[in-house]
Amino acid sequence: METLSASAGTGNVSATPEPSKKRKKGFWQTVVRQKYLYLMSLPFVIWLFVFNYLPLWGWTMAFQNYKPAKSFSDQKWVGFKNFVDLFQDERFYLVLRNTLAMSILGIVFTFIVPIFFAIFLNELKGSIFKRTVQTVSYLPHFVSWVVVAGIITKMLSIDGGIVNEILMSLHIINEPIQFMAQGKWFWGIVTVSDVWKETGWNAIIYLAAITGIDKELYEAARVDGAGRFRQMWNITLPGIRTTISVLLIMSIGHLIGIGFEKQFQLSNSLVTDYSEVLDLYALNYGINISRFSYGTAISMFTSVVSIILLLTANGIMKKTTKESIM
Amino acid sequence: MAAKAFSATKSEKVFDIFNVILMTVILIVTLYPFLNVLAISFNDSTDTVRGGIYIWPREFTLENYKTIFSYTGLIQGFKITILRTVLGTILGLISSSMLAYTLSHPEFKSRKFVSTFLALTMYVSGGMVPTYMLMRHLELIGTFWIYVLPGIVSAFNVFIIRSFIDGLPYALQESAKLDGANDFKIYYKIILPLCKPVLATIALFLAVGQWNSWFDTYLYNGNKPHLTTLQYELMKVLASTNQGAGMANANDLANQMAQVSPESIKMAITIVVTVPILIVYPFLQRYFVSGMTLGAVKA
Repeated sequence: METLSASAGTGNVSATPEPSKKRKKGFWQTVVRQKYLYLMSLPFVIWLFVFNYLPLWGWTMAFQNYKPAKSFSDQKWVGFKNFVDLFQDERFYLVLRNTLAMSILGIVFTFIVPIFFAIFLNELKGSIFKRTVQTVSYLPHFVSWVVVAGIITKMLSIDGGIVNEILMSLHIINEPIQFMAQGKWFWGIVTVSDVWKETGWNAIIYLAAITGIDKELYEAARVDGAGRFRQMWNITLPGIRTTISVLLIMSIGHLIGIGFEKQFQLSNSLVTDYSEVLDLYALNYGINISRFSYGTAISMFTSVVSIILLLTANGIMKKTTKESIM
Repeated sequence: MAAKAFSATKSEKVFDIFNVILMTVILIVTLYPFLNVLAISFNDSTDTVRGGIYIWPREFTLENYKTIFSYTGLIQGFKITILRTVLGTILGLISSSMLAYTLSHPEFKSRKFVSTFLALTMYVSGGMVPTYMLMRHLELIGTFWIYVLPGIVSAFNVFIIRSFIDGLPYALQESAKLDGANDFKIYYKIILPLCKPVLATIALFLAVGQWNSWFDTYLYNGNKPHLTTLQYELMKVLASTNQGAGMANANDLANQMAQVSPESIKMAITIVVTVPILIVYPFLQRYFVSGMTLGAVKA
């Protein structure tokens, strides 16, 4: 498995050890010789530095009592005070619970459903029907969370929402459920919305991986009398294992940095105890009431834990399945 | 023996029928909400209150659409959204294709450094508050440029294009080099034209991202009506009468300013905001499917 960052280094001819002065001169000569390559990459490296790396410098705010009006040298340093405050805030644990709950639900469902969708779609016989299902399944991916939240709210509404109507007509419930107004439904609604929105899109990669599986394996299995389920379980699933592992590592890296768009759009004042995730907590406590240092501590906590999780997942996968992204 | 073969084909049939039913259900679950929104948007707004509109309008009218196009916020939102989509897509295409080309160049001396520098941005991020503070320092808050500038370079897009360029025959570049073309000329004259399929994919990703974003407007430009975007306008309208289900964090002023909108009007705005992207994507399908594959399964 050649992966993104691993492939970064391939083909890079390492310089033979030389006296440092000569090497330096050699470097500048190459720069001049490759001036167009440098002109085409350097501006964007600077760009990345400004917009992606400078915010890391902003982490220093987490150790200060940051006041926007003061210059950097005039800021008051407070050590780990903001982190102590953070870990002593009861709200933080509630938010952490929400974040973990929704991301674990997300990993379980938005990760597994596309795999099975791809496998079953692949088994479809009629090619026009197959293509139609596929095209339609991408559709919700192209719609913003604003629209999706509007649609979901409409479908779950108590007057005329299709979900309540169906449940009523099947006599499963006697009166409409107030899905959007009760906190206990929120995690489920977020997960279902995510599955609805992204299943088709996430299945693309698996479908492509399935196409790469040797057709003769299926022939051989059929000769041996293996049914369709057996073929799916013993050939298709193992055939896309690499893809599954890599995507799993990536999604574990996002375990606590799950984003906040869906939570923001689907929530309302009645369900905040279930909808507030770390990023929204940072938004509400860091930016909206200008406690920038505290907000930075939240952001920093999120980023650092994400990286630790990513590295751990990567390490475990490397040991057990020999797949890794780094 | 014969019985076994028979049962095998029978169970195959059962499986196929089950599978078709399953896929049909998925098809309906995916499409129904859109058809429902469409039907309501074409239905008379007072009649809609009676309920019972599913996939066909009961009292067909174009009034809802006429009403929303007289709403100045929406027109302004359209202008800004189109502008940011066009600019963001073009600048994003230029930056990611140039970077991808240099990264696929086997002799490029700083290739490893640039590549690692770029890859790290996919895993490490400063987070929301530090990013917000940076935008403040750069004085981008309250300007149009905050929609376009921060997202110009995206590691994911660069790596997709790089994989594509790596798959092109290198001999093409070599012969151009022998003819005395410099690296920029090779990029511009040879690589770019060959990259059309992958660039179409990236253009779609960038355009969808720009068209659908709302958080930057909410966070940075929420109080600047002349910089409003479509999604943000929709957000305000949808929030206006959601019976206690208004945005948890949306500022209340915006809620009060947006008029109480009947269901049909909301749905008409939803359609107007959504349709432009939905018209485009089926035509680009074959490109983005291969693009996604390049990006993720480079086995």
